[in-house]
Amino acid sequence: MRFVFKTSYDRDIDLHKDGWSRARIALLVVIFALLPFAVGDYYLAEAANTLIWALAGMGLMILVGHTGLPSLGHAAFLAIGAYTDAALMNAGLPFLVSFPLAGLAAGVFGAIVAIPAVRMSGIYLAIATLALFVIVEEMVIILEPITGGVGGIFAPSIEIAGIGFDRYANLANFYWLVLAIVVAVTWCYANLLRSPTGRSFLAVRDSEVSARALGINVTATRALSFGLSAGVTGLAGGLMGHFIGFFNYEAFSIFISINLLLVVTIGGLGFIQGAFFGAILITAVPQLLAILRDGLGGWGVDISAIPGLDTAIFSLILIGFIVYEPAGLYGRYLKIKAYFTLFPLARRDMFRRNKTYVKTERMR
Amino acid sequence: MSLLEVEDLAIHFGGVKAVDGVSFTVEEGEVFSIIGPNGAGKSTIFNLISRFYRPTRGRIRFDGQDITGLAAHQIAPLGIARTFQNIELFDHSTVLDNLLMGRHTHRRTNFVQDILFLPKVRREERAHRQRVEEVIEFLELEHYREKMIAGLPYGVRKVVEIGRALSIGPKLILLDEPASGLSVEESEEVAFWIEDMRRDMGLTVLMVEHDMGLVTQVSDRVLAVANGQPLAMGTAAEVQDDPHVKAAYLGTPEEDAA
Ligand SMILES: Nc1ncnc2c1ncn2[C@@H]1O[C@H](COP(=O)(O)OP(=O)(O)O)[C@@H](O)[C@H]1O
Ligand SMILES: [Mg+2]
Repeated sequence: MRFVFKTSYDRDIDLHKDGWSRARIALLVVIFALLPFAVGDYYLAEAANTLIWALAGMGLMILVGHTGLPSLGHAAFLAIGAYTDAALMNAGLPFLVSFPLAGLAAGVFGAIVAIPAVRMSGIYLAIATLALFVIVEEMVIILEPITGGVGGIFAPSIEIAGIGFDRYANLANFYWLVLAIVVAVTWCYANLLRSPTGRSFLAVRDSEVSARALGINVTATRALSFGLSAGVTGLAGGLMGHFIGFFNYEAFSIFISINLLLVVTIGGLGFIQGAFFGAILITAVPQLLAILRDGLGGWGVDISAIPGLDTAIFSLILIGFIVYEPAGLYGRYLKIKAYFTLFPLARRDMFRRNKTYVKTERMR
Repeated sequence: MSLLEVEDLAIHFGGVKAVDGVSFTVEEGEVFSIIGPNGAGKSTIFNLISRFYRPTRGRIRFDGQDITGLAAHQIAPLGIARTFQNIELFDHSTVLDNLLMGRHTHRRTNFVQDILFLPKVRREERAHRQRVEEVIEFLELEHYREKMIAGLPYGVRKVVEIGRALSIGPKLILLDEPASGLSVEESEEVAFWIEDMRRDMGLTVLMVEHDMGLVTQVSDRVLAVANGQPLAMGTAAEVQDDPHVKAAYLGTPEEDAA
């Protein structure tokens, strides 16, 4: 067992409780940074894809995991990010300008549409976000001169200070760029959670009445969360556009929204780490299924002969997670970790859910 | 001028006259209690002051300012804090974070500064923490500082909720049945805290409570209500002796707090 002795309030304000925790994150970043030297192009591209999904997942996690609001429309913000970035670069702006603007565009759009929407709750808000998604999809098709309409659009090659970050020509550079952006956003997210803004999100999530009694403007807080969430997802969209290279509206379908929801729920709601765990799962499972298909093919079994079978297996795996690991992958990780740090003191009932008693419904 | 002035307050839910013409004033530094049978409208009076409900009729003034038209989130910044009859804490946060959330009205940083965690944010966090630690010390919550609310016993949660209200640094605190569900020892502690709040922190206390021992011990004045209407006002002894009050309690045998 390890104990952390606290000697000042700064201990609690700091992101890391001790040097060990800081070293572990640093090591993780170094391992990720060295990945291009360890794996081939195929897996490096997959890793970049996973990081982009983790970024999008963090965007949705702010809203769903930390503010407690649903969204079925986050593919719309991916689309806004991707199209804004590509369109601005096509208009001659450098990536360093177009990319932040893409995030800003998605964020401002998200916050503005959120102001009326967040007054709704639960299923109504979910439907409103779905409607938002449909509207954005239509807009993409209508704004053909900018978006390429149904035909689609090229995301130009990224170049910063004369160095190429093209997804194909300089894959390692592109990967590092994605990694740097993900690290920066993760740091900002962690800061958010240790500050008054993040606490107000949690307050709104856990008890709206209490939040109001503490002076928190619930509507404004939700709109802010929606904006930040949309902004981060927009950044991920910008990168996704470059990763796909050539895309049209179909790249940001409703299924992408649903996959994103799966990333956050399967990864572990309410934890930044959850977005990463979820992104790894959602990008790795199709890969594993492909490997499995090839393997079985060698045995004379051809599962690709049955259409939709791998989608069905994929869905079953996801349903299994939701049923048997409701706290998500990160929740499972925490349990395993606690088991080893407390060894041999861990008890089986330690993680049994506490009964929480009924709150008054009258105030809602 | 009184700190809180409630004038002819009324709210009707359809045909139910939950509160119907209640007037009272609370002086600065006073402990003022509202008693009455279950369903009398006591919590509804609190919800009207908190602006969770819009009154059908009547005025509420705090510190000379008419607050009847304000939004619920504009009440705490004026210095009015409250607890809930059915504890409303942030269950998935620690005691410390719950208390820090009580500092919301004192935040001086915006979300951009927060996200970048500029030095100002750290300075502010230290100051918030210091204030919250004073509350923790006052309520003897040291042992529970890092514990999640979801795992805490009922009595501790009640205290944490008082702590969160105190973290606001209010002038007036509304306590809705602070002793309900507590053991005798815990109720006695609540009585001490209420007296300390008034004496050491200069707080004004408006309390709803069934425990007449506690009410008698701490209150300067007591208002009895039944069926949304005022019955009697005066010292605890005067109100208990009032024939209307006796009738109200006999007419509705007292149950446990709903
Ligand atoms: N939001 C509401 N809608 C309808 N009726 C309500 C509402 N809030 C309170 N009431 C009614 O008002 C009356 C007083 O309730 P309350 O103030 O909670 O009583 P208590 O004095 O026990 O705190 C009850 O009859 C209750 O049913
Ligand atoms: Mg009540």
